[in-house]
Amino acid sequence: MIHVRDLVKHYRVHRRAPGFGAALRSVFSRKFDTVRAVDGVSFEIGEGDRIGFLGPNGAGKTTTLKMLSGLLHPTSGEVTVAGHVPKDRDHELLRAIMLVTGQKQQLLWDLPPSETFELNRAIYDVPRAQFRQTVDELVPLLGLEKLIGTPTRQLSMGERMKCELAAALIHRPKVLFLDEPTIGLDVTMQSTVREFIRGYNRRHRATVILTSHDMDDVTAIAERIIVIDRGKISFDGALDALIEKMQPEKRVRLTFAEPVGEERLAALPGRVLETEPRRALLQVAQADLRRAVASALETLPVADLEVEGAPLEDVLADLFSRTAAERSE
Amino acid sequence: MIRAIPTMLRIGFAEAVAYRAEMVVWVLSYTMPLVMLALWSAVAADGPVQGYGQADFAAYFVTALVVRMMVAAWVVWELNFEIKQGRLAARLLRPMHPLLHFATMNLAALPMRTAFAIPVVVIGFALGGADLVTHDPVQWLLVVVLLFLAWVMTFLVQALVGTLAFFWESSLALFDLYMTAYVVCSGYVMPLDLVPEPFASVIDVLPFRYQLSVPIEAILGRITVAETLQAVGVQLAWVAGLFLVVMLTWRAGVRRFAAFGG
Repeated sequence: MIHVRDLVKHYRVHRRAPGFGAALRSVFSRKFDTVRAVDGVSFEIGEGDRIGFLGPNGAGKTTTLKMLSGLLHPTSGEVTVAGHVPKDRDHELLRAIMLVTGQKQQLLWDLPPSETFELNRAIYDVPRAQFRQTVDELVPLLGLEKLIGTPTRQLSMGERMKCELAAALIHRPKVLFLDEPTIGLDVTMQSTVREFIRGYNRRHRATVILTSHDMDDVTAIAERIIVIDRGKISFDGALDALIEKMQPEKRVRLTFAEPVGEERLAALPGRVLETEPRRALLQVAQADLRRAVASALETLPVADLEVEGAPLEDVLADLFSRTAAERSE
Repeated sequence: MIRAIPTMLRIGFAEAVAYRAEMVVWVLSYTMPLVMLALWSAVAADGPVQGYGQADFAAYFVTALVVRMMVAAWVVWELNFEIKQGRLAARLLRPMHPLLHFATMNLAALPMRTAFAIPVVVIGFALGGADLVTHDPVQWLLVVVLLFLAWVMTFLVQALVGTLAFFWESSLALFDLYMTAYVVCSGYVMPLDLVPEPFASVIDVLPFRYQLSVPIEAILGRITVAETLQAVGVQLAWVAGLFLVVMLTWRAGVRRFAAFGG
């Protein structure tokens, strides 16, 4: 569905020192710096894949997304999306993709969302029967029954986002680019949106590419992670594999029936991360996990026990700091 | 793409209806001809000015007001805003040329906006203005063509200046300059008949007269059918030239947008 090879995007940025003299000089001789926003990136994405595109701010995520959608022209390298070269922006490609951003809206402000749906139907040339079917499917899924007849300006932010999503899917895009889709939404609304995106991917075998700083978005939506950092890919693989690779140690979360002193925890294998009288969090190497669990159950008044991987936030913070350190060596 | 237009016109009209309050303010900002009417009426109180008596001035400026509303465009502000805010990106991702989208929505809002001119026309007619407009049906047919082409010209000029926002932060300053020239040279503040040589000849080779004055002249029967046809030809030439320049500028602008990001 998406094929990217050796993709490069360099910007030339005009640089000058502050001050009037420098401003005057820059009129005659301009100095440029080259910023390597994306610096040789390759990946393949199949039909129906759900990809999380991660990286620190300024890593090149958005630049890559913009090149995939045709808004930016690559400096060099190959990109095809659904068999088209995005930078040509031919209408067949534009009918196959959609970019949804949590921050910018496309709904007509003074009219009800149903009018935006109509407008998109016309612009994307969706047959009426298919349009009706799509709307009938989207409205109950997102709970829009009462919203689509109300002027957009009277809707809450979460309600608008749901309508925004529906409007974006009127033409049933085969590739969905999501940029921070749940930003500013409350917890319930966030989970509705995530659930809905997964459902859309399942029903239409649509490819979903997500960038988000919200790791709950990523774990809920993405099955494969591509980490981009300073213009290069530093990881590409399954979410579990990323956690396994970066922080193979497991976490054991214990709840006790009665308060337990720290000295008794120290006897267990692994490291104590957090402790409260009735609770504790241990970090244990995979090899010691069985022994740790067995010994906790045997020696402590355990009321509940959970084993989990390291949270994605920690994994990523670790990954970004490691790649930064490798570069500075 | 053409199939989308009826739906877009309908929604554009609905939007215009929803914007009623804003529109009243907009209409009030178009009342300059009425101010000019008061001014020139006073000047003509002691006798006609180069053939224009008080009734002629009244007919001229009432017509100017209505024509100006009918050929209005605002794409220059929309484009400037969307390019600077990076909002144009969403439009570029749709399978429809953004300028066609703007043009359709603009056209759709015109009936609602022009509706505000109806009372002015009714009063004008009641005061005997009916005798001062042409009674030739062919001329009226041509007036429709003149008005449409005048709107296309106005839209294209604005699209051109708006597109410059891709290259230049303060492109709206250029539009202010253009508006100054427009007000003076289009017949907005005085009938162009009153402009002496050599200025009249200069105005004739500029676009402004064809954007406003020519439709007024045709409505008031001040030019013959043959002259009207000739004016249509000049308008078509302007439209073709402007269209070409707009398209070239647009393509260069989008390429620049794509090189630097929005």
